[in-house]
Amino acid sequence: MPRTKQTYQTRRRFNTGFASTLLAAGIAPFNAGRAQGAALKVGVLLPRSGYQAGIGQDCQRGVDIATGVLKDLGLPSLQFINADTESNVDVARSRAEQLIGEGAQLLVGAFDSGQSSAIAQVAEQKGIPFVINIAAAPPITEQGYKFVFRNFPTAPMILRDAFIDQKEIFAAVGAAPKSVVFLAENDTFGVAMQKAIPGVLPKFDMPYTILDTISYDPTARDLSVEVSRAKATGAEALLVVSRLNDAILLTRELIKQRWTPVMILSMGPGWYEDQYLKTLGKFSDGPLSFAPWYDPNKKLSKALDAALAKVHPGVNLNTNHVYTFEALLIAADAYKRAGSSNPQALADAIRATNITDNSSIGPGIQFDAKGQNDKILGGGIQNRNGKLITVAPGAASNGKPEWPLMPYNKRA
Amino acid sequence: MAGLVPAIRVLRIEKTRDQAVPADIYLNVAVGGVLTGLVYGLMALGLSVIFGVVRVVNFAHGEMMTLAMYIAITLFTAFHLDPLVMLVPIASVMFVFGYVVQVRLINPFITRPDYMQFLLLVAVGIIIVNGLLIAFGPDVKSVQVSYAFDSFQVGPLIIDATKLYAAVAAIVVSAALFAFFRYTRHGTAIRACADNYTGALVVGLDVKQFYALTFGLGAACVGAAGVMLLLIVDVTPALGPAYTLLAFVIVITGGLGSMPGALLGGVLIGLTEAMAGLLFTPSAKSMFAFAILVLVLLLRPEGIMGKRAA
Repeated sequence: MPRTKQTYQTRRRFNTGFASTLLAAGIAPFNAGRAQGAALKVGVLLPRSGYQAGIGQDCQRGVDIATGVLKDLGLPSLQFINADTESNVDVARSRAEQLIGEGAQLLVGAFDSGQSSAIAQVAEQKGIPFVINIAAAPPITEQGYKFVFRNFPTAPMILRDAFIDQKEIFAAVGAAPKSVVFLAENDTFGVAMQKAIPGVLPKFDMPYTILDTISYDPTARDLSVEVSRAKATGAEALLVVSRLNDAILLTRELIKQRWTPVMILSMGPGWYEDQYLKTLGKFSDGPLSFAPWYDPNKKLSKALDAALAKVHPGVNLNTNHVYTFEALLIAADAYKRAGSSNPQALADAIRATNITDNSSIGPGIQFDAKGQNDKILGGGIQNRNGKLITVAPGAASNGKPEWPLMPYNKRA
Repeated sequence: MAGLVPAIRVLRIEKTRDQAVPADIYLNVAVGGVLTGLVYGLMALGLSVIFGVVRVVNFAHGEMMTLAMYIAITLFTAFHLDPLVMLVPIASVMFVFGYVVQVRLINPFITRPDYMQFLLLVAVGIIIVNGLLIAFGPDVKSVQVSYAFDSFQVGPLIIDATKLYAAVAAIVVSAALFAFFRYTRHGTAIRACADNYTGALVVGLDVKQFYALTFGLGAACVGAAGVMLLLIVDVTPALGPAYTLLAFVIVITGGLGSMPGALLGGVLIGLTEAMAGLLFTPSAKSMFAFAILVLVLLLRPEGIMGKRAA
């Protein structure tokens, strides 16, 4: 058996080791300081391609304005690692795993309930905090997850506020439709809304009845049949749950089939999106959207509006920007308070969030035990001359509603 | 099959009881379905022509259509050129594209196993989709022509102007293609290549040249269909694979290799989707199109107008 070289402890070696230890101990706090000063790595998952690409790209604008606004608020900087869910649940799941593998310390996303559910499972499994920007399906925060937080109302909350705001508008204009036809896309969000609306409607004693519910594929390329069927019901108004592309398709078909309902009451995204306004021009005016929105009178909303005008001139501030920004605000605020990028410390800090000077409508951002911000409120928005006017609730409004919808064939 | 009829009857009774759908709505939806189906048919015609002659299944068919759509969008955005005006020039560009693809890529694969040809064209499709993503991004794009929102009213019938223009153009292009194959020497030669490969070689036809010509014609067809569809639908790079699938459904229903079959299949699928959306539920439109396909495969595997294998 070969004999290995024996090492002996000498005074010189001991002194060198001791000095190294002291040096390391002395530097350690500065290292810790650097760790806190380093940017938090945030994985941003959005549907940047596929049928939700338009909205995913719009959400990205909220990310684009975040760095400057967070700096102005005195919050630590974030390092963004972007990922594309391709509007697909399975891709969302694999991209979340990939981001965590690449060192993401917190995840934000993903606009869609199905994709957010998939990401939530991954985040919980890996123990990485996930702040949902936009997703309304209630089950996401009903699973007992410890690392999943949602600063966005659930479908029942959206409906509750939508009906309250609708009644406020009906009272303000002194008119209301007696019947509606309900057009809804059949993805996770749309199906959740379809299930919830019939149950919620009677509780709010709404003035209208639903004559027919027409469900359609959100990736549909032609909605002429859907509009023909809706028109055939003879309903006074349209109640819709849609996305961007189908909102554009529905409007085109309404014009082509020469039908202007008394009003379009949208219970989801699509109708207030910038691309909707730009694509349809004068035909985009009039629809009322009831959605989680921002209070235009709040200080942060004005700061976001100004930042957006600088980075993306001509784009109206909307839900996608505000809620994506607020998800990042929550991350930066928690990182500052946690003083660490440790996932558990971050999750604990997010749970203790109390941001009152936010942008969205309501008293602010706080999370309940399930990780849900249950204080958030929706708003009523009307498209007018290419701008978005908040018409309800009164406390957060910056204009009065216009009723009814101007006939499409009389728009100059 | 026996159980299906009462089920349909029950659904119809419920529908009638709940709310009567005016008869003009059926007419409007049926006409819309036929018009859309004609454009679908032209798109599938290209696939059928290519398979009928070259015996290559073009898995990049829908992707080639989106390529033509993006050419039309670029011309419209840059020079405000109406897609219908640009139909012939874009179809010509697609002809050249198809010709080059056949000469440079597919001809060397003609004698190789089928799966190699499939993979080659799947790869071409993926390259087109990703190339378009890089060049144009994932956003939905459309053209805003002056007649985009126009419709014609004839009594109770309201006809979408863009669908009508697209359908008329589809009929004209299809008729031109039929005439080319029926009455020109080149068309006759191509049909000879399709009927008897060895015989065509024996009589001195440059078969590979005619294959390239045929693939070019197929590409021109799908290019023309893409330009017309652009008036009806918005485009994203991801649209291609969905239309490849649709083209397959149509040509298999109509009869793979049969030109009249492709048009008939397009109209049948367009009409089926439209009526299924009205009579049942719009979200199940595609299900009915696939149900037609399954029925055809069960009852007449060669397609409605396909030739029975000897």
